[in-house]
Amino acid sequence: MNFLTWGRNPWGQQVLTHISWDLLWAALFAGLMFLVAHASYMILSAHRKSKAADIDALEKANADLPEMIERHSFMARMFHWVMAAAMLTLLFTAFLPIAGVKFAWVRYHWIAGLVLTGAIIYHIIHASFFMDFWSIWIGPKDIPEFKAELAREMGNDVPGPKSAKYPLGNRLYHLGILVVGLTAAITGMTMMSRVRQPLFTRNPYILADGTWGITYVLHGVMGVALVGMVIAHIYFALRPEKWWVTKAMIFGAITRRQFLEHHDPKRWNVRQKGA
Amino acid sequence: MAVIRDMMPAFELFQPASIDEALALLEKHGRAAWTMAGGLDTFDWLKDRTKRTGVVVDLSQIAELRGIKEVDGGVEIGSGTSLTTVATHPVVRAKFGVLAEAASLVASPQIRHQGTLGGNVSQDARCWYYRSGWSCYRAGGNICYADTPTAVNREHAILEQDRCVAVSPSDTAPALIALDAQMVVRSASGERLIPAEEYFVGPAIEITRMTVLRPGELLTAIRIPATFAGAQFYFEKVRDRNVWDFALVNVAAALQVSGTTIRQARVAVGAVAARPLRLTAVEAAVTGQPRTEATAEQAGQVAVQGAVALRHNAYKIPLMRNLVKRAIRGNGQTATT
Repeated sequence: MNFLTWGRNPWGQQVLTHISWDLLWAALFAGLMFLVAHASYMILSAHRKSKAADIDALEKANADLPEMIERHSFMARMFHWVMAAAMLTLLFTAFLPIAGVKFAWVRYHWIAGLVLTGAIIYHIIHASFFMDFWSIWIGPKDIPEFKAELAREMGNDVPGPKSAKYPLGNRLYHLGILVVGLTAAITGMTMMSRVRQPLFTRNPYILADGTWGITYVLHGVMGVALVGMVIAHIYFALRPEKWWVTKAMIFGAITRRQFLEHHDPKRWNVRQKGA
Repeated sequence: MAVIRDMMPAFELFQPASIDEALALLEKHGRAAWTMAGGLDTFDWLKDRTKRTGVVVDLSQIAELRGIKEVDGGVEIGSGTSLTTVATHPVVRAKFGVLAEAASLVASPQIRHQGTLGGNVSQDARCWYYRSGWSCYRAGGNICYADTPTAVNREHAILEQDRCVAVSPSDTAPALIALDAQMVVRSASGERLIPAEEYFVGPAIEITRMTVLRPGELLTAIRIPATFAGAQFYFEKVRDRNVWDFALVNVAAALQVSGTTIRQARVAVGAVAARPLRLTAVEAAVTGQPRTEATAEQAGQVAVQGAVALRHNAYKIPLMRNLVKRAIRGNGQTATT
């Protein structure tokens, strides 16, 4: 299997054109294999589950907390679902024709790309100035949590920090989607200069052939990576033990009990305004 | 342009004697098989070395693919029937003059003797950037060299430009669409009938192919129903050299007229988009209207709505408008050029 496809330009030079679309099937396979492997692990192996008595005790000790705790503001949820709709539209319009479902996909693709780009810009501003910006990032301070989470996933009952507002897996995924999504968005916006659209004058010569090749390859690689990532994301959103997270993304809030079960009140201080 | 070499590149040649044998070969070799009818398109590609194949299935020995027979007031034309036969066949001339006229205007007499109806409607785009072997969209790449600020694109598309701006080069395709023809497509798994207008596919949906033919499929015949037999037809092809050339724009129209009122109309144009376009808006605009200068004028205006000129082909917009206008107005003859 070739990973890249090459072509020839009018000057007789070999130029990159795009990735091999076989990689789509590889990404689909990898995503589905991850799903099967994780689901099998969850069924077959021991994994942590907090004892009800421990959470009862935590609830008693934190009775001053409100019954419902906001996890995602309305605007944050709006961003998430707009981005999700745009992302799914982008993936389906990009890959259904490759899979054999033929339709005029380009217009829908770039419109969804514009929506996604607008949503990303909104999110950067919103997260930078109106949210706890650092709560989603990871750093050396998260190593103890990482070790504890890993040990718990392996079936060990270990002490150690629970997560702050966003679990470690959540933050790692955010970092991945940031790199992949931003690269896809930036290359996609550049590629719009090669299609007819009403926003700006078409000019396929703004980049050299070689640079265009890299742009197309990056866009393709990020696209197939998103296939695997979106499969994993939807899978986790649908897992029964994660429904509380999914419901929070729909309705905005989690219960006090869920908060105490899954989060460290010291690391996510909900008593403090703006946390 | 690519350098044409005299020597053919090596490939395995199959010359089946029946449709079933051809279908078996196409099924066996799948995407690797190159189907060849008259060879007029094929030899350009192969001798230019811009496309390569290891397996050529030559249809020229299949007698079943040749001939014209009358069926229920219409005709069925084998896809391997030569363009000369189509142009001169008495039934085609008497009942479906628009097709005879279109076939008679394809290229030169020698090419019409060698070329087939199936090959004419299934031939690849004639864009010279594409045929030079560069990796444009149509060749699986990521650019249209014909749609750049410095491109030479006098012959290219004014409608349905979607990344690729090559045009359908067929003269007979618009005539078949105007006649509401059906394409008979066979494969090892069976037969399917495709309306002529759906046989061709634009770049928005399929950028590397001109037709909906899939690997393993063969266009075996073209059926023309009796619907427009003996109707009032019009075909006109404008080209740079009247001796022989591809169309800059061509138009085909079939009209059923009662008195001076147009009862039914089918109009199609070629060489303005990557597929021959049926002008349904024009048909709707003229149906029920008197066949007058005013109706024809309106039809011409409707025809070019949405047309966008490239750097060098703005002339195609008034050309198409006027050809459609002339097709609706007619000139009292069965068919004209």
